[in-house]
Amino acid sequence: MDLTKLTQMQKDVLREIGNIGAGNAATSMSKLVNRKIEMDVPAVNIVSYDEMMELIGGPEAVVVALLFRIKGDAPGTVYFILSLEEADALIKEITNNAALSVHGDDELAASVLQEAGNIVTGAYLSALADFTNITMQPSVPYLSIDMAGAILTVGLLEISQVADYALIIDAKMNTAYQANQIKGNFLFIPDPDSFSKLFAALGVTYDV
Amino acid sequence: MMSKLVSSSTVVKVGIADLNVTKAPNKIRTSGLGSCVGAVIYDERKQVAGLAHVLLPDSKLARQDNFNRYKYADTAIPILVDQLVDLGARRNLLKAKVAGGAQMFQFSSGTDLMRIGPRNVEAVLKKLKQLSIPVLASDVGGHAGRTIEFDIQTSQLKIRTVNKGEAFI
Repeated sequence: MDLTKLTQMQKDVLREIGNIGAGNAATSMSKLVNRKIEMDVPAVNIVSYDEMMELIGGPEAVVVALLFRIKGDAPGTVYFILSLEEADALIKEITNNAALSVHGDDELAASVLQEAGNIVTGAYLSALADFTNITMQPSVPYLSIDMAGAILTVGLLEISQVADYALIIDAKMNTAYQANQIKGNFLFIPDPDSFSKLFAALGVTYDV
Repeated sequence: MMSKLVSSSTVVKVGIADLNVTKAPNKIRTSGLGSCVGAVIYDERKQVAGLAHVLLPDSKLARQDNFNRYKYADTAIPILVDQLVDLGARRNLLKAKVAGGAQMFQFSSGTDLMRIGPRNVEAVLKKLKQLSIPVLASDVGGHAGRTIEFDIQTSQLKIRTVNKGEAFI
């Protein structure tokens, strides 16, 4: 499989998949924190492993990551990634408890994050599933706070057996005009066998 | 102005599924090892060392034709040894230090790929044993990401984690 040979049309389709998912995710996030959440138009990145780490600040950047394995017709991995500050802001916004933080080994803070991740990622995937008619069920959320390189290689394991590049549908959301910014990064990394199903569902030929 | 001594020593970086070799006074480093394994092989007296950042255990997993041989433990380690020998290392006097192979997420169930960290460690150790390269120190497993840097002059491997800071093996 050579991901670098994807056509513009195929990339547009993948971007649209990201768009629909992220739009729904932003809406549910907005309800969760009771604020307006905006999202950027998703980017479809075909990147080497090292470039993938650079997307979220380099391999040593400490990030708060919720990982979901996607089961169903088009398996893959979804990450919802926040910085430490963003994760704290999100926890405070939801709980109204300024003392809660991901810095301490606080179980409540972890479960708030996991639940928020569940809701937002669930919204992302259900929009995707409705649009493509492909079933996609998320696993329970897995939380890790560590170096980006260590965290993101988990999502590369399937694709790395067939390619030296990963295809990432990357959507950023953020709250506008507020001091207390909450941003989030959605990374959707389809497993290699999922591409043909995603393209077929949307009527695009696939012969990469 | 920087002194010549300082500026002549650089840190050689190794990416994911990558390897490199260098000589003292340089150091060699790779960042953000999770389930990946960093294998350092060196000749202490000749002051040369190399580092492989291995992503997967076995090239039999490869489902592509021209795959990157630096990606798999069984193919990367012999290439690393050859490059070291080309740089002046003696094949029969090589030693190794190994770090990485963590499990970053506590998956409740899953495929074999989910426990890739321990499998990477096993594969690297097996290959080193086949090549009769003794492993003098290792820091493997656990649940934390590691950044490692090998100082060729002292043969010390510095390991940094987010929660525990720096340690040397």
